[in-house]
Amino acid sequence: MTSFLQNIGRAMLGFLAAFGRISLFTVDAVKWTVLPPYYLRQLSRQMLDIGYFSLPVVGLTTLFSGMVLALQSYTGFARFSAEDTVATVVVLSVTRELGPVLAGLMVAGRIGASMAAEIGTMRVTDQIDALDTLSTRPMQYLVAPRILAGTICLPFLVLIGDLIGVFGGYLVGVYRLGFNPSVYLARTMEYLEFSDVTLGLVKAAVFGFLIALMGCYHGYHSGRGAEGVGRATTNAVVSSSILILISNYLVTALFFG
Amino acid sequence: MTAKTKSDGIQPKIEMTGLVKSFGTKNVLRGVDLCVNPQESLVLIGTSGCGKSVTLKCLLGLIVADGGSIKVDGAEILGADRGTLERMRRRFGMTFQFGALFDSMPIWENVTFRLRQEQKMKRGVARDLAAETITQLGLAPQVIDQYPAELSGGMQKRVALARAIADKPEILLFDEPTSGLDPITGGVIDRLIIDAVKRLGATTMTISHDMASVRRIADKVAMIHDGVIIWCGPVSEMDKSGVPEVDQFVHGRAEGPLTKAAQDAARHG
Repeated sequence: MTSFLQNIGRAMLGFLAAFGRISLFTVDAVKWTVLPPYYLRQLSRQMLDIGYFSLPVVGLTTLFSGMVLALQSYTGFARFSAEDTVATVVVLSVTRELGPVLAGLMVAGRIGASMAAEIGTMRVTDQIDALDTLSTRPMQYLVAPRILAGTICLPFLVLIGDLIGVFGGYLVGVYRLGFNPSVYLARTMEYLEFSDVTLGLVKAAVFGFLIALMGCYHGYHSGRGAEGVGRATTNAVVSSSILILISNYLVTALFFG
Repeated sequence: MTAKTKSDGIQPKIEMTGLVKSFGTKNVLRGVDLCVNPQESLVLIGTSGCGKSVTLKCLLGLIVADGGSIKVDGAEILGADRGTLERMRRRFGMTFQFGALFDSMPIWENVTFRLRQEQKMKRGVARDLAAETITQLGLAPQVIDQYPAELSGGMQKRVALARAIADKPEILLFDEPTSGLDPITGGVIDRLIIDAVKRLGATTMTISHDMASVRRIADKVAMIHDGVIIWCGPVSEMDKSGVPEVDQFVHGRAEGPLTKAAQDAARHG
């Protein structure tokens, strides 16, 4: 019984210590995104990597998700003769939920992992210490531009993903399910509100922040050698994916009321 | 011979007193006392894992020591605020054991990194300076457009040295500058270090296991063992230190007091 309680206590202390470390890292990272000097070249490089080079993977994911959503919702709604709501279901699902979450998870896999691997490798090869010795703050040079780029780029990425996802639904609706194109488009716009899109974009900004934060945090605190970097990469992807799902609910609940 | 050798009337450039650092339950430094005079070249020797790199990192504030004192030109830096530490680091240049060159940048950006960040040096001027610096170190000027991964180990060491001396620091720290190099390239690197230090009039602290290199570059040698400096003196007196650990290390003998310590360290991690 005593050892059981000890184990619970140890796990709890470990959790609280990790929470404290991440909180301090977050405060430090946010502080350096605001304070000069600003590393605009680093920022633009990260924005290109996150925003532009993630487009194919996000586009493909949302395209096929929109397509399958149209098919599945048609199958379901046909059972109570509500087929004409397919366009509305597709656009609301994609903008409010699927677009941000799927883009977030794909970017977490792609960018979160690469940030953790890059910064982790810099840690184990002393490049971060070298930055310090060259009078450059690693938090400001490495972490702040990534966090800023993640927070700025993901909403744009999600906006484009939304359009592609809705287009996927349109393709299936018109060419597979036989909807009239103009009717499908009219149904798409009929119940869509501005707040549906903004909710998705707010979520995307939160996800972008979390992905970059976790990628940088795990890379920055990477263990030694290839094993340490590998573990940092895995932890970055897993933790950012979990945080995306948790924050997705929290942001939705916040806007729900 | 005392661990600290301080010439009368000279303000030491670097002075460490009772430096202590532990990682968890492992006491790596248990009271390191060291003194380096201006323009002096001190080489720190000792078995692997004895705390040499930790000592250098404490000096730069990359690792915060648990206790003791570190003074640079008489000013205490242990416990100093971030701004003071950053100002102090501008006076240092350092090369790391494996180069620590920035993979994502070409050589000219690596060499002039600090100048570009701090002084906003123009691209053209920086490229010229990088080409000049690496030429002094025996590399072809065309190398400036290559990336670190395209260079051999010896070339990377030269570039790391170029980065360390590019903005003419007062104090240079070298962490195993010749490790992993063949004896000829190691000799060339040593000569470059000696030339560069002489040109800059810099004070240096070097970590090395390479005794040939130690004899070439050191004015003074200090041996760290079991977390303390067990001997410190002129390189010319290293062979007659009378300290069994120093004697074993200098002559690379398999049997001796260091062997048991190394075995104990290996057993206990």
